[in-house]
Amino acid sequence: MHQTLNATPQSPVVSLKNVHKSFGPLKVLDGVSFAVDRGEVLVLIGRSGSGKSTALRCIDRFEKIDSGEIVVCDHRVSDPKLDLRALRQDVGIVFQSYNLFPHLTIEENITLAPCSVKGVSKAQAKEQARQVLAQVGLEDKLHQYPEQLSGGQQQRAAIARSLAMQPKVMLFDEVTSALDPELTGEVLKVIEALAADGMTMVMVTHEMGFARGIANRVVFMHRGKVHETGPAAILTSPATPELAQFVGTGL
Amino acid sequence: MNLNLDFATILERWPAFLDGALLTLQLAFIATLLGTVIGVLGAIGRRSHHPVVSRICGIYVEAIRNTPLLVQIFLVYFGLASLGLKFSAFAVAAAALTINVGAYTTEIIRAGFDSIPRGQIEAAEGLALSRAQIYWHVVMWPAIEKVYPSLTSQFVLLMLASSVTSQISAEELTAVANYVQSDTYRAFETYILVALVYIVLSLVMRAGFWLLGLVIFPRRRRLGTPL
Repeated sequence: MHQTLNATPQSPVVSLKNVHKSFGPLKVLDGVSFAVDRGEVLVLIGRSGSGKSTALRCIDRFEKIDSGEIVVCDHRVSDPKLDLRALRQDVGIVFQSYNLFPHLTIEENITLAPCSVKGVSKAQAKEQARQVLAQVGLEDKLHQYPEQLSGGQQQRAAIARSLAMQPKVMLFDEVTSALDPELTGEVLKVIEALAADGMTMVMVTHEMGFARGIANRVVFMHRGKVHETGPAAILTSPATPELAQFVGTGL
Repeated sequence: MNLNLDFATILERWPAFLDGALLTLQLAFIATLLGTVIGVLGAIGRRSHHPVVSRICGIYVEAIRNTPLLVQIFLVYFGLASLGLKFSAFAVAAAALTINVGAYTTEIIRAGFDSIPRGQIEAAEGLALSRAQIYWHVVMWPAIEKVYPSLTSQFVLLMLASSVTSQISAEELTAVANYVQSDTYRAFETYILVALVYIVLSLVMRAGFWLLGLVIFPRRRRLGTPL
């Protein structure tokens, strides 16, 4: 697979500029801006309701923004004429609740999109399924059904399913929130390996220890705004009292 | 009380009963097949964001579910006749039964579609699948697997209800019975026999659906668990 580079190597893979979004009277995003460069891992943290998940979902246009601009891999996400499916071929997303297709085997879950969307041949897609499953340590689960896997294994399979589409950026929306600490660990290891391979990632997480270890940049959201942003170090020495309180209670 | 049953006279007519039973099965087969297609399309239509489409599908379902089958059969039968169109009684019966079961199937399949969690569809959208691909791969098959028991009961009910088409002289099992009993004056024996044949037909259909389920739902075949 050839890797299409962005128009200019310096242009960020994901950029949000002054993004506003309301659900009815509730302002969820109030002028949010941040950018993610190639190979960078950006971690979004904040209290429930701070807007971090909404910000993440706007990147893949699961939510439409009211104003502002979002550009992802040269797709203008805020443009009404956006080619949604082209955007989503470049962006992989993994959810809290795995969302594997229960009636399909793990292999079928993984090969479905490459075959139907990209027109990859069945044989090639199966070979690729083996590769991505090996990447997440599940090569022996190829022919199992999702319900036969533990939560952590299902989440790793969901990550593999996204990887099979060879995305340019991966979004993780609280992917370990439904898992116990042991299973969380195995999923986080997979994400760390992806980061080490240079995958560009944006993730929402409540795992502060993990965020410290993996983040190139942390964005702390508070009341719909980017309240504080900086390298992972801000988690240990926060500048604002809100972040101090958040990490204080989070640890 | 002197109950004097004579089945020998009735059983002599077995070829007629067999023909009737086969015709009943044919009617059920056609209406099941076409009714499934209508049901899938109707369910998609009912969930359409297009208000006209969902309204039309809703009216169809309500009109059928709130009128008797016999009246529907007469409407098709006399409706076609008054338009100057001539069809065999079998064709009219098959059409009326299809229209009827299509409405019930629409409702059952719609319930199945509605039971697919939003997250499944979002995951498919996130993988860049098109709307049609999502419906086919992610919504329809699990939905049909979930409602398969209700769906198949509906089709068995339809087969039993097809006896009503004897009223427009479609030569199915009940029509044969009506004819045999008026010819032999052995009404009770005739309908006992016919009831037994309907039971056999029901069992045959259930067995058929069970086998079909094993073929079209590989997960259920492997794990044996409901979706």
